[in-house]
Amino acid sequence: MTAESIKKIVLDIVAEIAPDEDLSNVKPDLRLRDQLSLDSMDFLDIVMELRKKYGIEVPEGDYPRLASLDSCAEYLAPKFAEKGI
Amino acid sequence: MKMLSRIVVTGVGLTAPNGNNIAEFRANLLAGKANISLIDVRYMGKHPAGICDYEKTRYQSRRELRTSTRAGSIGIYCAHEAIKDAGIDFEHFDKSRIGVYVGTTEHGNVETENEIYTISQFGYDTKFWSHHHNPRTVANNPAGEITINMGITGPHYTIGAACAAGNAGLIQAAQMLQLGEVDLAIAGGVSESPGTFGIFAGFKNQTALAAHEDPNKASRPFDKSRNGIVISEGGCLYTLERLEDALARGAKIICEIVGWHINSDAGDTVLPDPVRQAECMRAALKRAGLTPQQIDIVNTHATGTSKGDVQEMIAMRDVFADCPTTYVNNTKGFIGHCMGAAGTLELAGNLGAFEDNLVHPCINIDELDPDCSFPTLVVGKPQKADKVEYILNNSFGMLGINSTLIVKKFNH
Repeated sequence: MTAESIKKIVLDIVAEIAPDEDLSNVKPDLRLRDQLSLDSMDFLDIVMELRKKYGIEVPEGDYPRLASLDSCAEYLAPKFAEKGI
Repeated sequence: MKMLSRIVVTGVGLTAPNGNNIAEFRANLLAGKANISLIDVRYMGKHPAGICDYEKTRYQSRRELRTSTRAGSIGIYCAHEAIKDAGIDFEHFDKSRIGVYVGTTEHGNVETENEIYTISQFGYDTKFWSHHHNPRTVANNPAGEITINMGITGPHYTIGAACAAGNAGLIQAAQMLQLGEVDLAIAGGVSESPGTFGIFAGFKNQTALAAHEDPNKASRPFDKSRNGIVISEGGCLYTLERLEDALARGAKIICEIVGWHINSDAGDTVLPDPVRQAECMRAALKRAGLTPQQIDIVNTHATGTSKGDVQEMIAMRDVFADCPTTYVNNTKGFIGHCMGAAGTLELAGNLGAFEDNLVHPCINIDELDPDCSFPTLVVGKPQKADKVEYILNNSFGMLGINSTLIVKKFNH
């Protein structure tokens, strides 16, 4: 799966979690929480949706690696590959 | 002992299955318009239920709604509407002096059932159980969501009092105002009960769940063919203030709370005890310094169960035996049983009588059960009263909790 596809997957999840947010100008290299109104419970929702939708587990120690769209793509790429997605 | 302040109602916010504000609700009660739908209940198929269609996004963002409980959302809508109705300068009001007291019959069942259903889709693996579960299911959730949404920093909690909870919320608020704990109270009750299949299954297996091919005919207290309860959602919150504070700000005063009482049957878990119900009404009358003859309207609690309605009428005949101008009605034929919201919604439906002297009727009584008869029961169409000065509102609940609230017309 390409980095762009992974970013879109994460952004789609964010759209469900924060439906009032304008996601058209999210910068991939900046922290999501610096650009959007997301709290720690919202962040856990991202982890939960990755688990439910794709069977991907993100251990607590790795949460910082989901900070931005770029870091999500880098961190999640091997996990999606492992799942054959 | 210092004289306790008089407590008045200055605002009402509500959503009922047949109205999203007090004017709409009252108009439909006078017009005989019920609104019960058939809903899909998880595992159980279609059953009649009262569902509200208030504008959810009026006071909450879509994001807030995603994590909010239905009871919290209903509470937030009602609280905002009540504050607006009260004409309070909310922006400049000291938020640490506002108390939120919300009655609930039950809370957490909807959310817990939803999580169990979710994990059932994943082999009952609890790692799919939502991290939102605990804040959604703590017992104070509906009241707490109101404080978060409105920035209220005074006390908040729910009052768990089965179907007497709406009245209990108002009584708690009145007491807190009299104690000087708060300067403004937002109080009443809410219900999200149609979202839990457990309450439907429980009533069904208790042979107390209503069924009828026409959902609007399913809730029929006092009718001979009644067969149980229609489970409904809804909310009704009032703003309560001390009389001196309300007068000082030139508030519109809707009514004064002049009497109340709560007691317990200390007997059966589900079958009401008319002796204790009568004691509850008499104690409320005594607190108000009134005789039964002075009450102009009694709103009954009757839910449409075979035994409960009869028991309540035994208590009514005991207390109001010789009261030819005390009219008696019931609201559940229109909206079903709104559980924690029942008491405050049903009282709200009668408040318009202070202005128009009209007593809204009971509906769906095609053949009055002789065991439920009462000389001044208002059936089918509104009754014009010579005057309406006092309304007595009864709400009773499981585990034998009885509540009576008496309000008085306020003469400016």
